[in-house]
Amino acid sequence: MPKRALSLSRVAIYATLLAACAVYLIPLLIMLLTSFKTPDDIRTGNLLSWPELFTAIGWIKAWDSVGGYFWNSVKITIPAVLISTLLGALNGYVLAMWRFRGSQLFFGLLLFGCFLPFQVVLLPASFTLGQLGLANTTSGLVLVHVVYGLAFTTLFFRNYYVSIPEALVSAARLDGAGFFTIFGRILLPMSVPIIMVCLIWQFTQIWNDFLFGVVFASGDTQPITVALNNLVNTSTGAKEYNVDMAAAMIAGLPTLLVYILAGKYFLRGLTAGAVKG
Amino acid sequence: MNAITRLATAVSLASLLPLAAHAGEVEVLHWWTSGGEKRAADTLQKLVEEKGHTWKDFAVAGGGGEAAMTVLKTRAVSGNPPAAAQIKGPDIQEWGELGLLTDLNEVATEQKWDSLLPKQVADVMKYDGDYVAVPINVHRVNWLWINPEVFAKAGATPPTTLEEFFAAADKLKAAGFIAIAHGGQPWQDGTVFEDLAFSILGADGYRKAFVEQDKATLTGAKMTEVFAALQKVRGYIDADAAGRDWNTAAGLVINGKAGMQIMGDWAKSEWTAAGKVAGQDYQCLPFPGSQGSFAYNIDSLAMFKLSNADNRKAQEDLARTIMEPEFQQFFNQNKGSIPVRLDQDMSTFDACAQASMKDFKEAAASGGLQPSLAHGMAASSYVQGAVFDVVTNFFNDPKADPARAAQQLAAAIEAVQ
Amino acid sequence: MSAIAVLSKASPLDALQRWLPKLVLAPSMLIVLVGFYGYIAWTFVLSFTSSRFMPNYSWVGLQQYARLLDNDRWWVASKNLMVFGGLFIGISLLVGVLLAVLLDQRIRREGFIRTIFLYPMALSMIVTGTAWKWLLNPGLGIDKMLRDWGWEGFRFDWLVDPERVIYCLVIAAVWQASGFVMALFLAGLRGVDSSIIRAAQVDGASLPNIYLRIILPSLGPVFFSALMILAHIAIKSFDLVASMTAGGPGYASDLPAMFMYAHTFTRGQMGLGAASAILMLGAVLAILVPYLYSELRGKRHA
Repeated sequence: MPKRALSLSRVAIYATLLAACAVYLIPLLIMLLTSFKTPDDIRTGNLLSWPELFTAIGWIKAWDSVGGYFWNSVKITIPAVLISTLLGALNGYVLAMWRFRGSQLFFGLLLFGCFLPFQVVLLPASFTLGQLGLANTTSGLVLVHVVYGLAFTTLFFRNYYVSIPEALVSAARLDGAGFFTIFGRILLPMSVPIIMVCLIWQFTQIWNDFLFGVVFASGDTQPITVALNNLVNTSTGAKEYNVDMAAAMIAGLPTLLVYILAGKYFLRGLTAGAVKG
Repeated sequence: MNAITRLATAVSLASLLPLAAHAGEVEVLHWWTSGGEKRAADTLQKLVEEKGHTWKDFAVAGGGGEAAMTVLKTRAVSGNPPAAAQIKGPDIQEWGELGLLTDLNEVATEQKWDSLLPKQVADVMKYDGDYVAVPINVHRVNWLWINPEVFAKAGATPPTTLEEFFAAADKLKAAGFIAIAHGGQPWQDGTVFEDLAFSILGADGYRKAFVEQDKATLTGAKMTEVFAALQKVRGYIDADAAGRDWNTAAGLVINGKAGMQIMGDWAKSEWTAAGKVAGQDYQCLPFPGSQGSFAYNIDSLAMFKLSNADNRKAQEDLARTIMEPEFQQFFNQNKGSIPVRLDQDMSTFDACAQASMKDFKEAAASGGLQPSLAHGMAASSYVQGAVFDVVTNFFNDPKADPARAAQQLAAAIEAVQ
Repeated sequence: MSAIAVLSKASPLDALQRWLPKLVLAPSMLIVLVGFYGYIAWTFVLSFTSSRFMPNYSWVGLQQYARLLDNDRWWVASKNLMVFGGLFIGISLLVGVLLAVLLDQRIRREGFIRTIFLYPMALSMIVTGTAWKWLLNPGLGIDKMLRDWGWEGFRFDWLVDPERVIYCLVIAAVWQASGFVMALFLAGLRGVDSSIIRAAQVDGASLPNIYLRIILPSLGPVFFSALMILAHIAIKSFDLVASMTAGGPGYASDLPAMFMYAHTFTRGQMGLGAASAILMLGAVLAILVPYLYSELRGKRHA
């Protein structure tokens, strides 16, 4: 009897999970199908209908109009992710292991940055970028992303390091190991899971950013999200949904790949500390 | 070998020099990104490059220039504005007041802008008596676009008064068509509202209400009538209009799904792109009841102060190019508007543009030439925004009270002053 | 080794070592003070000025705030944020927890299913908005699909209904973020000692009961992390509104972030925009301060 009931409930569980999978997958599937259709097929056919004629014309056109900006996003994202992660690791290390008067206050102030509605800082930030001669450059965007990514990266590392026994560090200190030695020899090797979390998080945040991109970059320095929005919201004669969807896929692919390939490290890292926050 | 190379380099450098001495870079912020507009912008680029300058394209699409304005502000705050930006109407005065615009008097004198441009147009381009912007074209906002085939099927006749307009809409609706193709975006709602205001208040009342912002006119019985008419229009649009782009709405009329569209003359570019001929496949009428009025919307490029002399030269060449008849003809034929030059030869333009030019000259003489509110010509962008808020909110609420809306309109305009 | 440490105690190098943590933190401190708080202060000052197109510093006191509170659109936007934020956070938590618990039942191909739930989080809000704008488009999207399949009377036009458009935003946002909540909770569940479950099962408690009474309550910190990230997304959902509805129909789906952006940058009412930004900040603070307080206090005891 109990065994039967159990299997019945397992069927229900699988059914629910499968239904959920469908809900999460269908929008992506529709985007993919649409991107391979011809505009006529889109108008006459159905959202979920198979393309009458598979054509890559949507993808080719999309790459023509947003491809160049794809590399801008690469140029912005990679340095910004690396720098903000390194800074976050160092900050987290200090805040967890080398507390001093006011460091908690600083952490509180920084934490608030996670919630800062970025609109508040747009004007002053653009003024500063202009003064630094970085207006309209990808380096300017790297700087902005490092600054406003700091709150999250520090939070990740600080919470991770807090869960590491302080005895480990004080023992090393007694042995005469210096600040950077402890960091490099003891903490960093233990930090792989949280580094993965941080890298993935920052990569998605920066790659997907729209607001900073639209305000601080222009013309040939803009990131792909801005180019995508320009493409989609441009009112050209007939809407070419296949091009829109292909461009959206191009903009989404790098982060999708990261999630699919490294998703399990992300989860493992979350288990390892980030969620204990 | 080495010597030859060096010589070659020297020669090639020397040959480049005269060009390099005058070649500047001109960065132009605009939002001409759709079909016909983009072609028009590309032509401008080509003409400027022929003069030996580098064109740095700075196109920011989206929201009828809203995104572009954001970028412009941050660029100006950072002390690094582009050479030219698409700024229009009273906003030119705001930028002039900030001391960021340069004067174009030299080019203007050379090309005799004062005699070429109608006074109303020239005044908009000047700040404190100096030309700070160059006009590109004149759009007429109060047009009605009609698909005669659909009208014939429904037994409707092209309207000349507001009563006839609603009568035609009734017939179209009864015959199963979308009577009025509309896109539910604030500026489109505002355009309809403005046309109704012209029709009901007349050009004079319109000026009092939206240019002078006279409170009695804004809250008067006639204004309540305008809102009531707007509410009536709502009954003739389809349920899916919200958020629709204007060109999609135009497509409904072109494809025979809808009977008419209330839209400015840029709608013509969609008809042209679809291979239709004016007067034959489609008709352009002044919005019913607003025949004597000409609601103008002038696109212009305002010029920012630059420090580099070569770039400054490029900037002047840009202004010069824009005013040349060659560019005026090409650009306006692509965009659906009419040239700003009164001496332009109109023979190569289509029937709608010729009618528009004629009405333009007549309205300029009779006082019917009025700035469009919905397109930022009548008042600064904050007044325009306040009006949009009231109008679009009213339009989307079927139970709204027209008299109350008129009061709200006056209050909203007062609040932003 | 330790002898060297004692010897070098008084050396300048050691002094450097003591200062090092502060030195390392200094650039970030500077960034936070200037880039966060300095800029907030600047915006705060602007909110008391008559700034229009560009910042100016002619003082008008509380006038901009008075105007803001008198503005219908601002109230619509604020109400929308509450509805959107509340529903989005609530539903995402609910869906996330449910999926996490279901996935925790030794499911075959768990990694694969997990990736499916998680991937929307990888997408930009602009991409999500573009996709859902189209899916929910009456006459083109799901609406048409179901009618094509024979459900003639089907009508799903929330996207163009001023009363319901806000729920469309909730649908898209939940789709994007609930998988991430699932991942957080699943990670939390994996950290729970399985002997507790077995002990409770021996006591005869049913599985749903064990989850509800024992396991989930122990995941308080996960709950807070999820809440924090969801709130972060809710505040940033500017991108989603921009690409999906642009605030329409009318301004029915406006959010404070959109309001602020429109007034500051496109309408040339910088003072009013700054005032709205400050009020947004105030609201965030009101929710956040109690949480930050407990967070910091808790850590000191840990």
